[in-house]
Amino acid sequence: MSNKDLYEYALSLGDNALILGQRLAEWCGHSPALELDIAVTNLSLDLIGEAQLYLDYAAEVEGEGKSADDLAYLRDCLKFRNYLLLEQPNKNWGRTTVRLFLYSTFMALYLEQLQNSKDEQLSAIAGKAIKEVLYHKRFSSEWMLRLGDGTDESKAYVQKGLEDMWRFTGELFAMSDGEKRLCEAGIAVDAASLEAPWNAEIDAILVEAGLIKPPSQAMIMGRFKGHHSEHLGHILSEMQFLQRAYPGAKW
Amino acid sequence: MYTTDLRTKAQKAADAKDTGAKDEIVEASENEARFQARIDDEQFIEPKDWMPEPYRKTLVRQISQHAHSEIVGMLPEGNWISRAPSLRRKLILLAKVQDEAGHGLYLYSAAETLGVERGDLLEQLHTGKAKYSTIFNYPTLTWADIGAIGWLVDGAAVTNQIPLCRCSYGPYARAMVKVCKEESFHQRQGFEIMTVMMEGNAEQREMAQDAMNRWWWPSLMMFGPPDGDSPNSAQSMAWKIKRFSNDELRQRFIDATVPQAEAIGLTMPDPDLGFNEVTGHYEIGDLNWDEFWSVVKGEGHCNRDRLDARVEAYADGAWVREAAEAYAEKQKAKHAAA
Repeated sequence: MSNKDLYEYALSLGDNALILGQRLAEWCGHSPALELDIAVTNLSLDLIGEAQLYLDYAAEVEGEGKSADDLAYLRDCLKFRNYLLLEQPNKNWGRTTVRLFLYSTFMALYLEQLQNSKDEQLSAIAGKAIKEVLYHKRFSSEWMLRLGDGTDESKAYVQKGLEDMWRFTGELFAMSDGEKRLCEAGIAVDAASLEAPWNAEIDAILVEAGLIKPPSQAMIMGRFKGHHSEHLGHILSEMQFLQRAYPGAKW
Repeated sequence: MYTTDLRTKAQKAADAKDTGAKDEIVEASENEARFQARIDDEQFIEPKDWMPEPYRKTLVRQISQHAHSEIVGMLPEGNWISRAPSLRRKLILLAKVQDEAGHGLYLYSAAETLGVERGDLLEQLHTGKAKYSTIFNYPTLTWADIGAIGWLVDGAAVTNQIPLCRCSYGPYARAMVKVCKEESFHQRQGFEIMTVMMEGNAEQREMAQDAMNRWWWPSLMMFGPPDGDSPNSAQSMAWKIKRFSNDELRQRFIDATVPQAEAIGLTMPDPDLGFNEVTGHYEIGDLNWDEFWSVVKGEGHCNRDRLDARVEAYADGAWVREAAEAYAEKQKAKHAAA
């Protein structure tokens, strides 16, 4: 392992939280009910807060005097390391729920292990983040049940969301060479080992919700090289607008 | 904020007639006398207490209008969440807009204690029957607008709302205590955004000044029409729903805000502004009440966008709310059968 490996790893953890936080914030003021406006904003706050911690650490590891903001606001697509799943558009509450459910079920397993990382900083961040992610998992699992076992219309929305999002789930379990090296050093989580327990948890909720698990299919990947979907560029052009338009300005 | 009386003159006249007729009937009643005595004694009126119908109606209108203003008010600021210029600013703005949603929720709940349903109140908002504060019909064009809204709009709001913490209706007064704490934080973060921008480059200072120019006058109009044109204020004062007149509160806000603007180098967009050494108050130029009433009527920049956004969110979310209800019913039936 090297500092470069650790930098990329912290970056990917930060980018995941940042991009999903940015996406969820789009619901603020536009969700199906006032209570959901409050809830979804809370999820976004948790995630942006986590992103700040991971990106601060990535900047420190990189050692070039950058800040978390520099990393969030001054990198382009090829340098972003988030899962493609997280940058997919919200579309509707069903699809948003599916994405959060797939991801937070994974992250709950992931952070449980990251808490034992030999890297003290990552282990500390994981210890804080897991409390939040366990709530995100509970929130999204409950909504999977409500929508799956609610009305025919809601079931159709959530089933479609599941089918649209499934092709991005393979990436959750893929590891870069750098991550494998960190894993051997006891720093990174062995993501591949989480596939079976993740499937078991997903299956249990899908059965209870009366939803059909999508069949095995080609998985779309690309984050290690920054080969994202078309959606990330739009997220970045919006998110980074002020920093790009007024270089060096303090806000 | 958001206590401005936004009924049209025709509505006011009709309501006043209505109030007058009912007042005559109940004037002599013991209930009425006891009710007013409690108010005069600074006691809170609680949901199950007897209250005159016009008092209840006034509160429903004011509280629901306030609630609507909170949730419509999420939109102009929400417009900048995705573009907030740093992670810290994004967190603060998210938390602030979330606070507004929370205020909306307390306020709808407070209104529900008066025997109305949230769904009916939302229906009134969506059909244009109920009003919300005109200030949210102005657009947020630059990041400085987020500073100006926090500093001026929430600053005006908190000036309006502090006296409401002693409003005679208990649930409203208690909601206001929490709301005011949060609003004063909003006001400070807005001022901080403006301060940082005024310390920044020429383009940032231009944005800050432009935001000041655009938000100053509408903020002053948030306090409502001048006292002479606010005929219902006297009754609200007697009921201790209102504690100070529109002009008194407006003056309080002006006196507090002008020195803040000057301290960070902003120019007040009012050539007639001056400090009166005798009264110890700032005096301002004429407010454009024609613009105010035109925005109230729906002719502002963003009236259509704001209402469309609310109506769309509610309509698009109908299937989600229906699913949640259907699921809850199924669960209830399952538990009953078990």
